[in-house]
Amino acid sequence: MSVELISANHAAALSAILAARANRTARGFCAGVYPITPSTECMEYLCSQEIEKGNVIRADSEHNAMGICIGASAAGARSFTTTCSNGLAYMVENCVAAAGYRLPIVMSVANRTLGPPWNIWADHGDSLLLRDLGWLQLYSADNQEVFDTVLCAFKLAEDPRVLMPALCCMDGFILSHTMSQVDVPSQEQVDRFLPPVDIPQRLDKTAHTLGQMEAPHASVMHRIQHHQAMLGAEQLYAEIQDSFAEIFGRRPADPLVTYRAEDAETLIVSMGTLGVTAERVVDQLREQGQAVGAVRVRMFRPMPDTGLSKIFAGKQRIAVLDRDVSIGFGGVLWGEVRGFADPATIVQNYMVGVAGGDVRPEHMLNLLVDLQQRRESGAPQIVEVA
Amino acid sequence: MIKEPALNGMAYTEQDRRDPLLRPGNSNCGGCGMSNLMQMLRRATGERELKMVVPACCAAVTSGSFPESVFGIPTIMSTFASAASVATGVAAVAQLNAERTRVICLAGDGGTYDIGMGTLSAAAERNEDILYLCYDNEIYGNTGGQRSSATPAGAATTSTPRGKQEIKKDIIGIMAAHRIPYAASISLAHSDDTLRKLQFALDARGFRFLHVLSPCPTGWKSEPAMGIELVRLAVRSGLFPVFEVFDGERYVINVEPEFSNEALMMYLSLQRRFRNTGVTEEILRPSIERYWNYLRLMSGRIVPAKRN
Repeated sequence: MSVELISANHAAALSAILAARANRTARGFCAGVYPITPSTECMEYLCSQEIEKGNVIRADSEHNAMGICIGASAAGARSFTTTCSNGLAYMVENCVAAAGYRLPIVMSVANRTLGPPWNIWADHGDSLLLRDLGWLQLYSADNQEVFDTVLCAFKLAEDPRVLMPALCCMDGFILSHTMSQVDVPSQEQVDRFLPPVDIPQRLDKTAHTLGQMEAPHASVMHRIQHHQAMLGAEQLYAEIQDSFAEIFGRRPADPLVTYRAEDAETLIVSMGTLGVTAERVVDQLREQGQAVGAVRVRMFRPMPDTGLSKIFAGKQRIAVLDRDVSIGFGGVLWGEVRGFADPATIVQNYMVGVAGGDVRPEHMLNLLVDLQQRRESGAPQIVEVA
Repeated sequence: MIKEPALNGMAYTEQDRRDPLLRPGNSNCGGCGMSNLMQMLRRATGERELKMVVPACCAAVTSGSFPESVFGIPTIMSTFASAASVATGVAAVAQLNAERTRVICLAGDGGTYDIGMGTLSAAAERNEDILYLCYDNEIYGNTGGQRSSATPAGAATTSTPRGKQEIKKDIIGIMAAHRIPYAASISLAHSDDTLRKLQFALDARGFRFLHVLSPCPTGWKSEPAMGIELVRLAVRSGLFPVFEVFDGERYVINVEPEFSNEALMMYLSLQRRFRNTGVTEEILRPSIERYWNYLRLMSGRIVPAKRN
């Protein structure tokens, strides 16, 4: 174990490299990569490393970067890539395919606004494009979490009871380019945590066809299997946390990270780094005697519905902060979680920090003033903070 | 060498791989050129180990529905534009594990000339260890026969009902410009030549590209039994040059055409796709001559073939 001062992009890449080397005794590692701001540094780091039984292929597009990952994973290797924003949008078709083949490919996304008009700053709208495609989705709030999440994502995605691709998201620039201390385990520790991957459907000796046509009945059965496996992933993640803690001596973050939420009357719900700001705001308001708490949704897919229902139970007011806009609807997170609150709870959606707006504590305090004045839930609000 | 031009690989011989690559019960149309290609590939493959990538194309439908598999080798169905990138990943992992398996792509003209062109170009530029087989029926077959950039001038398709105006894209020229180790066109009417090229390409390393003119009775509106004869007419008339290019430099013409007007006329008249579009031998002849002049220049042959 060593402590390194690195960016979150670097942390994701380092984590992937350790995972790559951990598969050297099996079928190795192969990644297809392509640059895009602000994920570029992650792929550059991958390209700078010598990996025993590993090959990082410089693709000609994100679509083909994922194509290469699909081929590698279908041939039984561990696979990883990174992209964001329009790169992710360009990749979507092959992301659908990766999930359909049930291949445990892990992808790091430095969340960035979709364009045009071009905008390189943080927004969750890109990774949320993949919401319904059968990818696990985990959102991190600091560099250590990014590092740990990538390792856990491999373990979770490659579990024979799960077998599906995983997204590890971090806010572009806010996290991706911020340097902070990260505990980096030794290769030997990672080897113990992450055993060689075995992809049962891989192209081997037997003549079989992966991803061929099927009739509606077979498709429904495949959807059911995928759905059930995804639902089971939350429980498996708890096992992975235990094993992680045993080997690395620290526990990776829970699917739902609560902060002073238990006795709170008002909750701030968010994803990514907004959750860190929310915790500071909670501290300030607690000092003023207000019973406020925060919940950070770290695991977005599968959606930890039971956990959220328990946390939301009996709360008076809930502010759901979205760093995204589903145009013509409201915040995506709000749309997903509002149903878990009691009918009497006032659940108000604030889309804040959209397209990279810098959300500071005073902005959140203003939103909470608005929330406390409300007698009932209103229409979702897009809040300008820039 | 096996000589059975009339059968064109349809008979089983001792050279053939035991398990067919294209198993009985597949849903290919009668007279499909891709069926012939797969039979020839079965013979060329022998006991070599293969893995296959098939993008969206007729072969993606041929494979039958889950859980049966029509292909006698491990196969992955990729998205339309991704055959060469998925094959890149499969081949890279085979290389990492020092496996002898050969990775092949089986793609139609739409997935090669059009939507998959960028992917193909990138894999060729990286000189990935892939054998890319393009079976070219000169239309989008699965969707009912629309034009692709492989459709020849003068052919009617459902999206060019009065006949396509533009000439066919020069795919071997494009691939040769990547300086890949091997690029060749294959005539299914010349089985010895086909077999030799398939075997050479299977054993060669780096990116190999084979272009196969694949008769399509459904799209060409021709008699299923005439497919191989149509290919022969396309070769005889000079419309479909049979040649190979080594390292993007050394051009070798494999079959010397007679440039017969009669063959060209028969080729056009035996397919209803050329009827009512106004295309004639006289209209096609200049572009055929232009291409052959280019081929003679590249292959260093000064003496042109005999003309009728």
